[in-house]
Amino acid sequence: MTDVELTVSVPGREPGSIRLVATLVVTAMLSGIVLAGAFQVTKPVIEANRMRELRAGVFTVVPGATRVRTFTWRDGRLVDAEDDDGASGPVLYAGYDDDSSFRGWAMVGEGAGFQDTIRVLHGFDPTQWRVTGMHILLSRETPGLGDKIFKDADWVASFDALAVEPPITVVRDGRDEAHEVDAITGATISSQAVVKIINEANAAWLPRLPPPGAEPALERDASGDTP
Amino acid sequence: MTQPEPHLLLRAAPFLRRGLTTPGLMTEVILALVPVILAAVYFFGVSALLVLTATTLGAVATEWLLSPVRPRGVALRDGSAILTGLILGLCLPPGLALWMAFLGGVVAIGLGKLAFGGLGQNLFNPALVGRAFLQAAFPTALTTWVPEGTITEVLSVRSGTFAAPFMQSSVDAVSTATPLGVMKFENVATPVADLLLGNSAGSLGETCGVVIIVCGVFMAWRRLFDWRIPVAILASVAAFSAVVWVFDPQASPSPAFMLGSGGLLFGAVYMATDPVTSPIAPRGVWIFGIGVGALVVLIRLWGGLPEGVMYAILLMNAATPLIDRISQPRGFGRGRAAA
Amino acid sequence: MTDHAVDSSRLYDEFVKGIWKENPVFVQVLGMCPMLAVTNSAVNALAMGLATAFVLIGSSVLVSLFRRLIPRQVRISTYIIIIATFVTVADFTLEAVVPTVHRELGAFISLIVVNCLILGRQEAFASRNPIHVALADAVGMAIGFAFALFCLGATREILGSGSLFGVSLFGENFEPWVIMVLPPGGFLMLGFILLFFNWVQQRRTLRPSRVSPATREAA
Repeated sequence: MTDVELTVSVPGREPGSIRLVATLVVTAMLSGIVLAGAFQVTKPVIEANRMRELRAGVFTVVPGATRVRTFTWRDGRLVDAEDDDGASGPVLYAGYDDDSSFRGWAMVGEGAGFQDTIRVLHGFDPTQWRVTGMHILLSRETPGLGDKIFKDADWVASFDALAVEPPITVVRDGRDEAHEVDAITGATISSQAVVKIINEANAAWLPRLPPPGAEPALERDASGDTP
Repeated sequence: MTQPEPHLLLRAAPFLRRGLTTPGLMTEVILALVPVILAAVYFFGVSALLVLTATTLGAVATEWLLSPVRPRGVALRDGSAILTGLILGLCLPPGLALWMAFLGGVVAIGLGKLAFGGLGQNLFNPALVGRAFLQAAFPTALTTWVPEGTITEVLSVRSGTFAAPFMQSSVDAVSTATPLGVMKFENVATPVADLLLGNSAGSLGETCGVVIIVCGVFMAWRRLFDWRIPVAILASVAAFSAVVWVFDPQASPSPAFMLGSGGLLFGAVYMATDPVTSPIAPRGVWIFGIGVGALVVLIRLWGGLPEGVMYAILLMNAATPLIDRISQPRGFGRGRAAA
Repeated sequence: MTDHAVDSSRLYDEFVKGIWKENPVFVQVLGMCPMLAVTNSAVNALAMGLATAFVLIGSSVLVSLFRRLIPRQVRISTYIIIIATFVTVADFTLEAVVPTVHRELGAFISLIVVNCLILGRQEAFASRNPIHVALADAVGMAIGFAFALFCLGATREILGSGSLFGVSLFGENFEPWVIMVLPPGGFLMLGFILLFFNWVQQRRTLRPSRVSPATREAA
């Protein structure tokens, strides 16, 4: 086979360093252009995906909500979040129904699970002072055991009307108080992690909420008025 | 034509023989298991026998099918496959579905023994490899314990035993917690007398402490295993847990409870003593035993699982070649450097 | 034989060798990181196979095309830049098109950069062969890799979740083998598949004499 070309270096024909540097620079520049193009094309789609997913989450944890408005905490008060993906800091979601009336808050918390970070979204009803639902946004818990934190419908449903004072606790022998959640058999650490994340998010956000009835209205031009 | 009787016989070492062969050893160990099996049948009924049959069948069938020894079936004659199957069965929960027990036997021999090259080559105790596989594959089934029964219930088969292959066993089985589970999650210690007499839930062979101790003494007397291994394990568990207990008697179990509960006695007598997977030299044996004991205490008291004997023994199995290396006795008259 | 006279049988050989005779996973045992990490379901395995194929074929074509322009001293750095570009494009595309799969694969998409199969093909083949031969080789290797990933992913999903492509196969009562979707299951299953592959190979080469399968357990 003569068409196999061996790259044998021939003394005296070594390329100069200028040529080496130039090759790398040109390759890197071309690569940069390609990447910038790919980023520009995919970024809006990726962000739309994230937003759609987040909204679907908010609608599950805030019963009756069909629209979302996003807030963030700045200078001691709630302000509209310009950046919806949460990158600018912790965000708070307000859910509104079709008649634009307020249905509840939703907040995102994050913390260490058994395997990796768990990100939890949960809804909160300020008039009853209760958690109204829980939705796992991100989890790499063990399949078959830890993943019951989002696959076990009964366990997820136990967050549907959960008192937050005293803080939510995980119990092993059957819940009988309004602030208790059962531990999942074989996934105690995962269940405790979820509850801890929710408690921490509550501790951060609940003191900042406006009094019930004084929630900001869903503005016509708010970022989330169409699902 | 007959050879004349030789006047001088030239032979290589060894000159002193105990007359103990591998099949002979296996047979005696299996005999020493019989009382434990009878106790298992007494406490857990026919289900115990069914589970044991399934694991043994799995182990024997795999050895017959996959062993490289020819002609087929010769490998079975040393009885080691039967022994592995029985020991595996005795460390499984009583109500286990039979197809899982069979699969455990297949994995024990196939993965735990033959993959390493057969008898004498395996790094890990084959029965424990089977147990660890089942534990990782079916964590719920392997931690569902049925309560111990009385002699009147001997003929009743535990529900779930006859689950179709690949299917779950029925969920309505009455389940209970083992003494270690009760200790870990509710901090209630089972009386030591109950542990020794077998009035507690657990794996088939591990509940009745007295029977295991008697059989262990018999095997030590027959020199079927190195007595140092169980002694080192039990002594170090007692010592380590006593230290913790002295500092915090409220929250931690007593040394007596630690010794009597779970698979410790069974593991120390029947599994850690496997001559293939434990060190040879006495010094290494002590290191091995103390290592197992320390790991058991660590896992039981601070780990996520209530029981740790299986993982403790497997981990020390893995360390055995290294222990053998550092514990090799020096030749007589040699210096320090020559090991 | 010159570049222009390469007959179609050579092309066919270069294409087919990656699928079976020099299969990157079963024979060369390359690219084990994605092989073990993301094959807990058939969909994940196939997505990883496709992403790797995209990167491998794209970079092989480019490397082969510019093989005379790239100085030997900086060839590895140049290959890596080319590969990393394709990987990042694949990363963005997957996240935009199939966000759920992208989340499952996580960091392992980016880790395609260090998949030794890809760099290996550039160094050993694409940089020394004309573009159409390099393309045939890359497509064959990519199919072989994706096929191996799919074998592992499908078996692990069937045993570990009782389903294939998310479709339940055995009904409600199936008892999943949890270990199969966990990392140890990847090692076990890969071992079994390699064992089976070696057994088949050995039967083929040593047909006249009797071969015992168990002697090949070492895989």
